[in-house]
Amino acid sequence: MSETHLEAHATGHDYASQHDHHTPTGWRRWVFSTNHKDIGIMYLVFSIVAGVIGGILSGFMRMELQEPGIQIFHGLASMVYGVQGDSAVDAGKQMYNVFTTAHALIMVFFTVMPATMGGFANYFAPLMIGAPDTAFPRINNIAFWLLPVAFILLLMSLFFEGAGGVGGFGGGWTVYPPLSTAGHPGPALDFAILSLHVAGVSSILGAINLITTILNMRAPGMTIHKMPLFAWAVLTTGFLLLLALPVLAGAITMLLTDRNFGTTFFSPEGGGDPVLFQHLFWFFGHPEVYIMILPGFGIISHIVATFSRKPVFGYMAMAYAMVAIGFVGFVVWAHHMYTTGLSLNVQRYFVAATMVIAVPTGVKIFSWIATMWGGSITFRIPMLWAIGFIFLFTVGGVTGVVLANAGADRALHDTYYVVAHFHYVLSLGAVFSIFAGWYYWYPKMFGHMYSEFLGKLHFWVMFVGVNLIFFPQHFLGLAGMPRRYIDYPDAFALWNRVSSIGYYITFVAMVIFFYATWEAVRKKRPAGDNPWGEGATTLEWTLSSPPPFHQFSTLPKIESTNAH
Amino acid sequence: MTSVAPDHRDNLSERKNRRIGVSLAVLVAGMVGLAFASVPLYQLFCQVTGFGGTTQVAEANPKGFIAREMRVRFDVNVENTLPWTVKPAASITDKIGAVDTVNYVATNNSDKPITGQAIFNVVPEQAGIYFNKIECFCFTEQTLQPGETVDMPIVFFVDPDIADNRELNTIKEITLSYTFYASDSEGS
Repeated sequence: MSETHLEAHATGHDYASQHDHHTPTGWRRWVFSTNHKDIGIMYLVFSIVAGVIGGILSGFMRMELQEPGIQIFHGLASMVYGVQGDSAVDAGKQMYNVFTTAHALIMVFFTVMPATMGGFANYFAPLMIGAPDTAFPRINNIAFWLLPVAFILLLMSLFFEGAGGVGGFGGGWTVYPPLSTAGHPGPALDFAILSLHVAGVSSILGAINLITTILNMRAPGMTIHKMPLFAWAVLTTGFLLLLALPVLAGAITMLLTDRNFGTTFFSPEGGGDPVLFQHLFWFFGHPEVYIMILPGFGIISHIVATFSRKPVFGYMAMAYAMVAIGFVGFVVWAHHMYTTGLSLNVQRYFVAATMVIAVPTGVKIFSWIATMWGGSITFRIPMLWAIGFIFLFTVGGVTGVVLANAGADRALHDTYYVVAHFHYVLSLGAVFSIFAGWYYWYPKMFGHMYSEFLGKLHFWVMFVGVNLIFFPQHFLGLAGMPRRYIDYPDAFALWNRVSSIGYYITFVAMVIFFYATWEAVRKKRPAGDNPWGEGATTLEWTLSSPPPFHQFSTLPKIESTNAH
Repeated sequence: MTSVAPDHRDNLSERKNRRIGVSLAVLVAGMVGLAFASVPLYQLFCQVTGFGGTTQVAEANPKGFIAREMRVRFDVNVENTLPWTVKPAASITDKIGAVDTVNYVATNNSDKPITGQAIFNVVPEQAGIYFNKIECFCFTEQTLQPGETVDMPIVFFVDPDIADNRELNTIKEITLSYTFYASDSEGS
């Protein structure tokens, strides 16, 4: 660190004065960026782009399911592949499955993970712990740029031949063999597997960078037990990524060699076992859902504390609840596999272990409520999203406890009840935490304020929309409607129609979101260093908005105990 | 805010960063290793515990038999690229612990000698640990000459310890299933 930095910082929080030296401009600033804040912004933009694509894919699915019978996919198939009649219907069915699979992969790997562990973690974890940047800024750059490469590979897979001459892989995001080994010839799945490899490397590099930053670059006086909860969330999530993603990489590598090089890891004729893939996949897959939600837990804790003007209730319990969730998350994977013929004792164990997760999760929910209790609450927009998150996540958590029971799961497995459950915790839970973080940190990241009215409109329209999509899917699942089919009997028509209407409302909400962002950029209402008042106590609010290009050249020294 | 001698701290910190980064990378490599190690470990686990209906191998039955009876059904599937016809043995009901011999009958319908191998398991899967084979054609590859028909014997018994397993109290029937694959092909 040079003298100029120290002086620049000493002159105060003037962003313009930071443009002293080494500050790249134009496209170089972004493409060659080693700045954690710029990389964070790029992650967020990437996540929004991917989210729009993933959201449009689900729009096709909802339009298709609006009524019984085949509505649009045979038409799509004849447009894309020039087939007619029955073969158009067949191709359309496969296309529907391809859309489902792509929607899941895009939302998981290219929307939620880049937004939380990419965008917010990169931007705010270093700020919150008083670090000048991340530990490995160049690795940070590589980690980001691998992601568009992975995304392009995944999009390319949609245009390479899969089953039945239709482009893309249609076997679900879980890529279970034998369907994925024997049932899907053509290079489509191979591209998707490579895409996951690259995205996995990106996440692992990002996680190593963030963990090292948090372990080693905290400001003097910020002990690990004074660290803000979002940093705790990122630390825990980082370890989950390092432990889970290599297992996925191993499993899909075996799948790749089974498909292309004649190995038989998952083929019985060579002594392999397809169920082994499920074990490996869910050993990754279950921690993966916590990877998506834990950073959200951290964000929500700060927002609830800020707008209740109280320190978060039960800091230590909150921090170690996340660690506990992460730990237990690794020993519950076979609750995704109750129908694979596990013995009763094995099922009993996985039922009990799964339900144990409700304990630390309950600690978090009740601590958020206790934080609000007796607080001086203001219902600013981030708080609305945070409370929306707590409500929706709790609904999803409760249906999760239902599904944890092997007996109930036998009936509900692979029905829309499961779809409703994981969309309540992820599509509503994780996504609401992302929007909460977006509205909370938007003034900090960009230095100006959005319209309060438009933000509220976005929240309420979205809240109504997503509930309308997913709540009826509980009824469909309980009535026995299986997931991953293009068509259904007339008996399921009503709630499918309601669900589709919910999608259109959510679509309008997203239009409001983009309009609100555009309006904020155009109006440029100055936000000030700390628009949220005394409740916002973490270090990022001591900086200017937006923060200087390089911050904390003089490390802040933490003395008070209420840093969180 | 107080300032810390920046240069000294930076060097120390960077070295520590690198150390943490490398340890985390080792952790990742270890997890990749574990993912691949899971393949033989899973196989071993299934053999030892009978998980997934993996049957056991025995020399003889030292435990004698008990009064409870068990019906054993036999099932067969042939991979569609293998031009064999295989007839399963008729089902057999005997006292648990009794050593029985049955025969599958396989015919090579093609005009070439073909080597095949069978894989197998039992349902209910929890019975795998109690299902012992003393002799089985499935232990070795079988080569059938063109048009040849052979008997494929299985000598087996059900371990009387099955009576101690409460989960299998109500089980009156075990199904042993074989799937035949061509083994000299590029399939394996």
